[in-house]
Amino acid sequence: MDRKQFFQSLRNPSSSDQFAVNEVDETLQKDEEINGNIGLQRRTNTGISAYKGSFGKSELMHLLRRTLFGVKVSDYNLYKGKTLEQVVDALLNVPSAMPNPPINNYGNLVNDPNVPYGSTWVNAPLDPAVEPNRKNSVKSWLWSLMVTQTPDIQAKMVLFWHNHFALQFLEIPDSRACYVYTKVLYTHALGNFKDLTRAITIDPAMLFYLNGRLNTKKAPDENYARELQELFTLGKGPNSKFTEDDVKAMAKVLTGWSINPLTNPFSTAFVSVNHDSTDKQFSSFYGNTVIKGQTGINAGNTELDDLLTMIFKVDEVALFICRKLYEYFVYYEIDDTVETNVIVPLAKVFRDSGYSIKTVLKTLLMSEHFFDSWNRACVIKDPITQQAGFCREMELKFPSSTDYFLLYQMYQMGMAFGQLTQLNIGDPPNVAGWPAWYQKPLFHRSWINSDTLPKRNQFTDYLLFIGHKVGTYTMIVDPWIFVKQLSNPGKADDLIADCTSHLLPMSLSATQIASLKEVLLPGGIPDYNWSDEYRAATDPSDPNYATALSTATVKLKYLLKSIMNLSEYQLS
Amino acid sequence: MKRRSFVKATAAAGTVLPLALNGMGVKTYEDSPLLRSLGRRTADGKVLVIINLSGGNDGLNTLIPLDQYSNLSKARNNILIPDNKVLSFWDKPSVGLHPQLGGLRDLYNNGQLSAIQAVGYPNPNYSHFRAADIWMSGSDSNESWTTGWMGRYLDGTYTGYPKGYPTATMPDPLAIEIGQMVSLAFMGPEVNMGMAITDPTTFYNLASGTTDPTPNTPAGNELAFLRLMAQQTNQYATVIKNAAAKGVNKSTKYPTGGRQPLSDQLKIVAKLISGGLKTPVYMVSIGGFDTHSEQVDSSDHSLGSHGNLMKQLGDAIAAFQDDLKLLGLEDRVVGMTFSEFGRRVISNASNGTDHGAAAPMFVFGKAVQNGVIGANPTIPSTVTVNDNVPMQYDFRQVYASVLTDWFELPAADVKVAMGGKEFNTLPIFKANKASIDDYIDLVSRISLNRIFPNPAVSHTQIEYFTESGNVKISLFDAMGQLVRILKDDWHGHGTYVVDLDVVGLRSGNYYVQLSQGDKRITEVLLVQ
Repeated sequence: MDRKQFFQSLRNPSSSDQFAVNEVDETLQKDEEINGNIGLQRRTNTGISAYKGSFGKSELMHLLRRTLFGVKVSDYNLYKGKTLEQVVDALLNVPSAMPNPPINNYGNLVNDPNVPYGSTWVNAPLDPAVEPNRKNSVKSWLWSLMVTQTPDIQAKMVLFWHNHFALQFLEIPDSRACYVYTKVLYTHALGNFKDLTRAITIDPAMLFYLNGRLNTKKAPDENYARELQELFTLGKGPNSKFTEDDVKAMAKVLTGWSINPLTNPFSTAFVSVNHDSTDKQFSSFYGNTVIKGQTGINAGNTELDDLLTMIFKVDEVALFICRKLYEYFVYYEIDDTVETNVIVPLAKVFRDSGYSIKTVLKTLLMSEHFFDSWNRACVIKDPITQQAGFCREMELKFPSSTDYFLLYQMYQMGMAFGQLTQLNIGDPPNVAGWPAWYQKPLFHRSWINSDTLPKRNQFTDYLLFIGHKVGTYTMIVDPWIFVKQLSNPGKADDLIADCTSHLLPMSLSATQIASLKEVLLPGGIPDYNWSDEYRAATDPSDPNYATALSTATVKLKYLLKSIMNLSEYQLS
Repeated sequence: MKRRSFVKATAAAGTVLPLALNGMGVKTYEDSPLLRSLGRRTADGKVLVIINLSGGNDGLNTLIPLDQYSNLSKARNNILIPDNKVLSFWDKPSVGLHPQLGGLRDLYNNGQLSAIQAVGYPNPNYSHFRAADIWMSGSDSNESWTTGWMGRYLDGTYTGYPKGYPTATMPDPLAIEIGQMVSLAFMGPEVNMGMAITDPTTFYNLASGTTDPTPNTPAGNELAFLRLMAQQTNQYATVIKNAAAKGVNKSTKYPTGGRQPLSDQLKIVAKLISGGLKTPVYMVSIGGFDTHSEQVDSSDHSLGSHGNLMKQLGDAIAAFQDDLKLLGLEDRVVGMTFSEFGRRVISNASNGTDHGAAAPMFVFGKAVQNGVIGANPTIPSTVTVNDNVPMQYDFRQVYASVLTDWFELPAADVKVAMGGKEFNTLPIFKANKASIDDYIDLVSRISLNRIFPNPAVSHTQIEYFTESGNVKISLFDAMGQLVRILKDDWHGHGTYVVDLDVVGLRSGNYYVQLSQGDKRITEVLLVQ
């Protein structure tokens, strides 16, 4: 058996009935074989037309799994019975108010003379003595935004933009700038992409991170000008043909932007004497555009607007962003068929809408392609989706919001586990973001290796069995919160079916189901044993209540552990 | 006999031999340096440690061309390393190391350092991500490959992986990367050959994977991958834990743990090798080289962020090499540094440097030919923002040298690992037939007598001398892009003149490169 056969033997097309495919392209199948690619043998031709099929539990769960960090039973109940369009509109209708800002959670350890314990420091002056504490506070807070999300797409989009307009908090000397940056992502998460790009270009943290603040007419610094094109708008695909001279000319357009450290919260300043007011010539890729050199206090704004107008005229911008959205929400593999049937028309929608993020997402999330069974369950969860998602699914109870220190300690635990499994929120590895969202050929698979996969299991096991202890407080999963919301948890088969259909994106084999049942009912003992145990454990008047509760709790935890340790649990 | 059968036969003989010599058991055999050396005549047991300097290392402040110092001081005065602080080589005063690279200078003094000048590739890319992919995959600048150079090597050597692995002869992971990620460098045609570990002593038992078939869909594909990862992790966890438990570190030179990641990583590598792991390739990495701003301390240019990185690099390598010596492993291990690109010749006003082109690489260990391969980069007297260090050697020549002269791979297999391309090896290893001296003593074979007029307005003439052989004259622009090949044919012994028409060339610095084989001489030509 050669390797190809070996890999194919891991699969069995005949067992794929729950993955029925809308259409199959035989030509592509042949190409695959000729090229010796062990990849997929079938393709789908679906495009961005609105999905007209049935919208039942599995479709709703698919939509919610991809747009939320884990699905609570209550999230599902909230949207159950609504039409696809109603659900998508609700998911995209995000709160306009920013969540509460990060606070002084360190007042019991170190005194911040300007900020009372429990109050926010985002408008207080910089204080180097407490800056490391604030950095920790803002990073923990950023993780908390994911785990305390409202049931809409905003948090997921904030992470998308954080990965797209990536910068590293640890490189930013003032945590207030990290907050301002996050606020920009929040405010524009579903707004206009061009506006977002403009706001990020002159965001103080970004001016710091990519040296925009040092970019002056005497000493142009190309760092931001390069990434603005390569990573933020055009990408580095074969049709993104900006030149090295374009990088240099763009750096000149952006000269003079700086940070005003005196305002509070501090803001961006434009220093016109540092601005290069010569005309800037761009290459034929930009239609030989000349950006007229400007002088005076509005020079920076005028030239930046001209610059963005020039960049956003290039078709590649919408194509690039649509590919990234696709890789984030659908799957990482974009073949020619997907490019033609999905990316190209989606990019046109994006362009025609004047770069409205909400419009492009609505089209994608309502498309027949998104609901194609071919595209279900194939996204490997990023660490936040796996970890914050687990906390949400289990409705893990965090400490009270008035116990500032304790609450943030718990957020910090979540943030730290993310870091151990490759997603250190606030601090992507570099300006390109996380490799799982751009690095060919592994993409999402790069989240998973011999180091991170065990740690993912450790996270769920830890919170199920040991709990995170701070002082005398232990934050631990209470399995009953989840289980009691299921339809018939006293019946073993129903309990297993409801747990797996809610927590896993695909059906299990009969063997796998049997091994889960073995957890509840070891040695093949009859089902009524669980029913009796469950009844006693949920009835305080039962004489065996205490012992039954203890036994059933352990059994439920092992059942949940067994489900979460399945490879299937890593998929969304 | 095929090489692999020979290797197996030798290895078998090795295990019998100690018993015949003095009746020592196998365990003692493994711990005896004398006997260990007897069993180590083949490529098996050899280890390569790759050190990734992530972010683009400033080569001109790492391996400093002292004979170019006055032009260098014009181009990068705000970050210039004071020449009296540069650690020059005892036998080579024209070139020296960053003042914080004492660890590497000591290696040079011990005969264990090969520095290769200006390594790059034609048409350099200035994007971190594209450039890193090119270095990891070994592709040309305009190609995008999804397999890595090491992945292809390991795929060719350990055929069929992962099917049937671990095996009796290769019970251990094929490659280990210290960290949470496995690089593109280890990506094989179908699976990544590398295993990521952060702490070799702790592993978590994963649920035993089911053997149920997976559907033939994207979801099924991802599921098969997840199950394979779980299975491999369990298989290799025990051997790594055992090696970490059995292995030791003997050097006292490692800095305190937890502060210098590179040193911590190399310490783990030394421990795993000493613990008996047969893994042939390791990768470690250190970030922070993207020094756009404040790369030096303004009061002392030998300090600052780049100086810190240099110190960490030099100290970590020195401690690692010391450890290998004390562990009796010096003969088995070599190390190699690389970075996705060098930095611009001219510094910027933020006391930093922007993305550039070619930069030096270091290969270290007892097996190397001590010395500096290649000439110092030529720094023009007036440098513009466009100027870059042009490549002298292709990075794949270094890779090919490692595979040929260290892993003893036959030429045909080297070609496969290099993605079907052929590259001449360099005299990096003692095993190479060429001597490093051939590369230093260029003048006796070829010389670039003069370029006149220079600066040139409409045309210029290049006068050169050569011993008989094939001579190539190439013209590169300041960004390192090849503009024109002026000559590429066989010459008899003598002095020659070639005309160069510069009409139509943009004004600025260009590099005229005269080469014969891998011997290269470069001069600056200014076009007005």
